[in-house]
Amino acid sequence: MKDVEQLLDGKSICICAGSGGVGKTTTSAAIAAGMAARGKRVAVLTIDPAKRLADSLGLTELGNTERQVDPALFSEAGVDPGGGELWAMMLDAKATFDEVVSKHSPDEEARDRILENRIYRQISNALAGSQEYMAMEKLFEIHQEERYDLLVLDTPPSRNALDFLDAPRRLTQFIEGRSLQLFIRPSGFGMRVLGRGTSVIFSVLKRVTGMDLIEDLSEFFTAMSGMVAGFRERAQRVNELLADRQTSFLVVCGPAGEPINEAVYFHRKLVEAKLPFGGVIVNKVHAEGRGSDVDEGLAEALTELIGDADLAERVRSNFDDYRALAARDSQNIAKLKRELRGSSVIEVPYLTEDVHDLAGLFEINRSLFAENSPDLKATALSA
Amino acid sequence: MGAAFLPPIGQVPRLHTDTRSARRRPGLPECPTVGPLEKRILFVTGKGGVGKTTVAFALGLAATADGKRTIVCEVASQENASRVFGRAEIGFHEVELRDNLYAISLDPDNATREYLEQQLPVKAMGDLLYRSKIFSYLAAATPGLREMVTIGKIWELALPERRTKKASPYDLVIVDAPATGHGIGLMQTPKNFAEIARVGPMAHQASLINSTITDHDQAGVVIVALPEEMPVNETATLEAELIDAIGVSIDRIYMNAMYPDRFDSAEQTRLTGALPKAEGDVAAAIKAAIDESRRCESQRRQLERLRDLTRNEVETLPYVFTPELGIEHLSELAELVR
Repeated sequence: MKDVEQLLDGKSICICAGSGGVGKTTTSAAIAAGMAARGKRVAVLTIDPAKRLADSLGLTELGNTERQVDPALFSEAGVDPGGGELWAMMLDAKATFDEVVSKHSPDEEARDRILENRIYRQISNALAGSQEYMAMEKLFEIHQEERYDLLVLDTPPSRNALDFLDAPRRLTQFIEGRSLQLFIRPSGFGMRVLGRGTSVIFSVLKRVTGMDLIEDLSEFFTAMSGMVAGFRERAQRVNELLADRQTSFLVVCGPAGEPINEAVYFHRKLVEAKLPFGGVIVNKVHAEGRGSDVDEGLAEALTELIGDADLAERVRSNFDDYRALAARDSQNIAKLKRELRGSSVIEVPYLTEDVHDLAGLFEINRSLFAENSPDLKATALSA
Repeated sequence: MGAAFLPPIGQVPRLHTDTRSARRRPGLPECPTVGPLEKRILFVTGKGGVGKTTVAFALGLAATADGKRTIVCEVASQENASRVFGRAEIGFHEVELRDNLYAISLDPDNATREYLEQQLPVKAMGDLLYRSKIFSYLAAATPGLREMVTIGKIWELALPERRTKKASPYDLVIVDAPATGHGIGLMQTPKNFAEIARVGPMAHQASLINSTITDHDQAGVVIVALPEEMPVNETATLEAELIDAIGVSIDRIYMNAMYPDRFDSAEQTRLTGALPKAEGDVAAAIKAAIDESRRCESQRRQLERLRDLTRNEVETLPYVFTPELGIEHLSELAELVR
């Protein structure tokens, strides 16, 4: 079973994917901190950092650019990162989209026309997948600058982890507007609607919504027409980067039934899409009393040791509750391992405290990284 | 094609025909006179993974126990509660899970199709429109349209006289709303839409829906939180935004998954002292008790934080110690949320 360091050996991009609420952001930060502690220059890109964690890393103002975590914090946590560096960035999808538009615009006027267009504002803010796509866009941009050994991307929370994979296709399709261009043609005087059917659609939509989108669309396409090729080519290259051998997808999930099923599903989809799957990280795993199912004499032994039958009984019943959860978790994880046929499944135990600083991240890393990792200069704290 | 198929403005059905709203005294809007289960629409929202679906169905069971015909609408739900009720996945149709408890899963595509069918004089025309590529393109580009048709369907479900043919009315519609950001978006859309569009049937419906969901006698919000750092922060922000930006009534805030208070601090100390002398299962059991009591302390700190940060009362729901949630657990939770 490979640990995170082995999984990321020779990789320059690590994409942490999974559904909301499974600890993806914390896991991404822990991986980044762990790799930095092993001498790498690492940047972690996140959408929604935990405020207290960001604060504790001295990243009170996370903008749309990377900021370095003070190396002194590593020393305080008892780790010598050597030449390693940890950088963090909070992704702003809208700002990234605006940057992309600016980059592809032939001139300032064209840029402003798009940035102020109602259709553009809708797609850059709310079109399904635009946040995901912009996360990858930023990843691509920073990767091209070649300033880091490793980039860790914490993917945006979405209903379905797969939305992420579909995002570039959907967005470029939208921007290309190929289906729309069959029906309407930008002309010198705005947009001309071709065909009776199309004009009916426009008029129905206008009547129902009260919004006349023809003008906005006309403007949008006129302004975008010069950029479509650039967008398409860019999306193509982003896709190539995701499929490249230097990229690794790590799936993050929880130990209950549905998150495990989702991880299995996501793994299958990654393989189908020929994307480089690295392994699964299962968070918050209960391991209490794993492997023991002998109840006989436990209550007596506890009473004898503690000298309080009532307390002993509560300790025993508490243990039972947790053992039931631990049994479920190990069943689910066994199932996950069967489905993944030999791929790495890394378990992170359910910790007693919320993780909110570097020391907490290193505590997680005791599970993510092998204990005797050769490159680690110092042992990251003991609990 | 005229606008004749739309109900004339004066005749758009109101959710309530009684005079309940008269009970609300001016100047005291924060004091709800109508309990959450007495309302027509109840939104359940919170950060991803906090147990919104579980709480939504517990509220649903509680309402049916009071004899109310109730439907739970799953909107972009991550969890899938249908399995608990021995059902395969729920789609875009109303299914009865138990006596008086129904469920439906709302997705914008189906909601758009249905909306068009209801708005257009000929059903086939709505279908045709829905299938056209150019329409789906335009629908995606129209600001707020997807959210509007979704919340429009929620509103339709809550009408005393349904627009859907042969459909019976519900006493209560519980919305298993999307996580924080999208949940706010959903509730805010009618207001925004009414402002952007100004004219047309949808703008009219939008302002009607907005006045319904901001009417504290007719609609309310339940926020679900977890006793962890991030969910607590998000809950406080969410509450403020819901009140200040939209003006909805916050009926309950639940701190979900609270551990039982099994060991006091003196006992924790005692157990910690006993641990070095223990081995095997005894040691594992004691370790589990110490961990539990530490997590409990951490949870209580988060509960205090949430109480400090929120304007409304915070109630707690217990962690359910079970490998898989079953109907019996939902029923227990239903008793607690009644």
